[in-house]
Amino acid sequence: MTVSPPALGKPADGISAAAYALAGRRQSASVIRYWPWLVALLIAIVLPWLFYDWQHGRQSGFVLSMLSQMGMMIIFAQSFNMLMGQAGLLSFCHSVLFGFGGYSTVHFLNAAGAGTLPVPMELMPLLAGLSGLGFAIVLGYMVSKQRSTAFAMITLGIVQLVTSAATMFHHFFGGEGGVKTDREIGISLFGLEYGKSIQVYYLIVAWMMICAVGMYFLTNTPLGRMANACRDNHERAQFVGYDPRIVRFLQFALSGFFAGVGGGLFAITYEIVTFDAVAAPLAGNALLMAYIGGATTFVGPVLGAILITLMQSGVSLISNSWLIYVGVLFIAMVIFAPAGLTGLILAHAPIARTGQLHRLVVPYMRILVPGLIAVAGFVGLVELLSFLTIGAAQGKHLSLFGHPLQVNSVTPWLTSIACLLIGGYAFAWESRHFRRVWDSLTARPQPDAAR
Amino acid sequence: MTTPIVALRDVRKNFGATEIIRGVSLNVATGERHALIGPNGAGKTTLFNLVSGRFPITSGEIHLGATRIDRLPPHRINRLGLSRSFQITSIFHRLSVFENLRCSLLWSRGYRYSFWQPLGMQRALNEEAERLLEDLNLAARRDLPAGLLSYAEQRALEIGMTIAGGASVVLLDEPTAGMSHSETEHAVALIRRVTHGRTLLMVEHDMRVVFDLADTVTVLVYGQVIASGPPAAIRANRAVQEAYLGALAA
Repeated sequence: MTVSPPALGKPADGISAAAYALAGRRQSASVIRYWPWLVALLIAIVLPWLFYDWQHGRQSGFVLSMLSQMGMMIIFAQSFNMLMGQAGLLSFCHSVLFGFGGYSTVHFLNAAGAGTLPVPMELMPLLAGLSGLGFAIVLGYMVSKQRSTAFAMITLGIVQLVTSAATMFHHFFGGEGGVKTDREIGISLFGLEYGKSIQVYYLIVAWMMICAVGMYFLTNTPLGRMANACRDNHERAQFVGYDPRIVRFLQFALSGFFAGVGGGLFAITYEIVTFDAVAAPLAGNALLMAYIGGATTFVGPVLGAILITLMQSGVSLISNSWLIYVGVLFIAMVIFAPAGLTGLILAHAPIARTGQLHRLVVPYMRILVPGLIAVAGFVGLVELLSFLTIGAAQGKHLSLFGHPLQVNSVTPWLTSIACLLIGGYAFAWESRHFRRVWDSLTARPQPDAAR
Repeated sequence: MTTPIVALRDVRKNFGATEIIRGVSLNVATGERHALIGPNGAGKTTLFNLVSGRFPITSGEIHLGATRIDRLPPHRINRLGLSRSFQITSIFHRLSVFENLRCSLLWSRGYRYSFWQPLGMQRALNEEAERLLEDLNLAARRDLPAGLLSYAEQRALEIGMTIAGGASVVLLDEPTAGMSHSETEHAVALIRRVTHGRTLLMVEHDMRVVFDLADTVTVLVYGQVIASGPPAAIRANRAVQEAYLGALAA
């Protein structure tokens, strides 16, 4: 097998980790090994400036808050994937660890503001992470007792428990209204005020990179590998000397640290934490992000976090129905691409290696066009329905490329239905053709692994 | 006979009201190659599951050297130097062949639950896993997910994972089941090579393999030992012939 240059998209569970390590050793000192990290960092640094409003000389508040949200969600989704993708543990209480980090940070910030906790802002996420770690150690004792379905049930119980506790224990959780804080605590390693969102954004970027590097490091340690092993076959793990329960416990606790950091950044960004930050829907979001991005790769949850946040903040601006689209996307991914977006991309690797990728361009165009028409038809129907019901109540008007559409007339409905049916049929037809081309490209005699 | 390294004293195991193992006493001497044979349903695999700690026993005692192991969980028994393979291949199917072997080495090389040592830098560990890969003739499959190996290769990996940790007592559960004649020959050669200097207890159906490999044969019928001794004596034993070898002798 050829040793390909290391990339972030490689499977996180060491399928090629050894080849990867070899390649890494050979070029250990070179920048090449770290290029995906550096590119990611560079993009994160430059991105807000692409949306800079030069006329008024200020950042786009919308873009900045979306990017900040992405940053913390990337940490959150990746830490969730330490459990789901890497250890095969579906946790519904990951939001609890995130939220606990958030609540703790609010109290830390308030204490710092009052002068009783002289910790600089830059290290607040570290404290948040330690809070998450501490809480995860407590919860881990319970959740690690079981695996698979029973594990998921325990975590579901915990998230319900903590969510209801959040509305009862006012001292820590602040009840329904949550707890507020002011992030301008005036203690900083670099003399920053953190009044501006751009400063907070860069704090998030810094911690996002620290967490990503940390979690990546963990995937290639004995514990990380045994988490994979327990995921694949927990019984065999016992017969090579490991107690799967301790593996689960440690993996859960460590993921709690990173979730806590994410929650801490949440508290710093929004200066308020309510029980939404511990509740189940947020844990569901982590699942969506990891799954849609691809739980089998290290970089998958990053893609998922970016995509879901885009839909959350971007699509929700244009459409009331954005959650429907997220839902449909999730179902479609689970059915057709269980390995997620990165899985889809990686599936092209064998074809790319034989230099046949160009032969997929035309078939892709042929499924893409009817596919987009069908999607347009579906979106049209959903939007028409939504404007017929809640849109009217909100006094909104539906328009397409600036042309107002009459929700009550027949034409848009018929057009949408026609698009959906014709596009859908053509898509189904073309996907058969696509499948044939795909199979002919992948069915070639596999290059023998012996070489 | 030297002191037994594995000793079973009147071991019994019930599943519900059914007694599957009905008072088995068995000594396996240090360095011995001991085969466990018997008709289907005799309780051979169950006995393995009891010795390796997969199931708790109902009554009796099991000793490994000086340690009583019948109340210990599997990972503790493994750490004491008793390792087993499975009749139905049990590997980490999504991990590469190399990773499977490295995982099997980790505990015995003292890594425990370390999350601070990067695996890529553990030179001695990695070299050992590579050596094992060569030993098993799996070097060509090094980076393939173990689940994609051929059946015979998976069986070889299974044996490799069982002996990787350097266990002094190795339990192999039908290591050649489902193999072709030539595959079986390879497997026997492999078993002979990798279990050199260790104590071997194996369940085996293929009589050629049993009489080829074993120093001692124990016959289990309906959860009881009906005979135990050198292969030649077992072959000549009338009760065994009636209970088990009859079909083969005919």
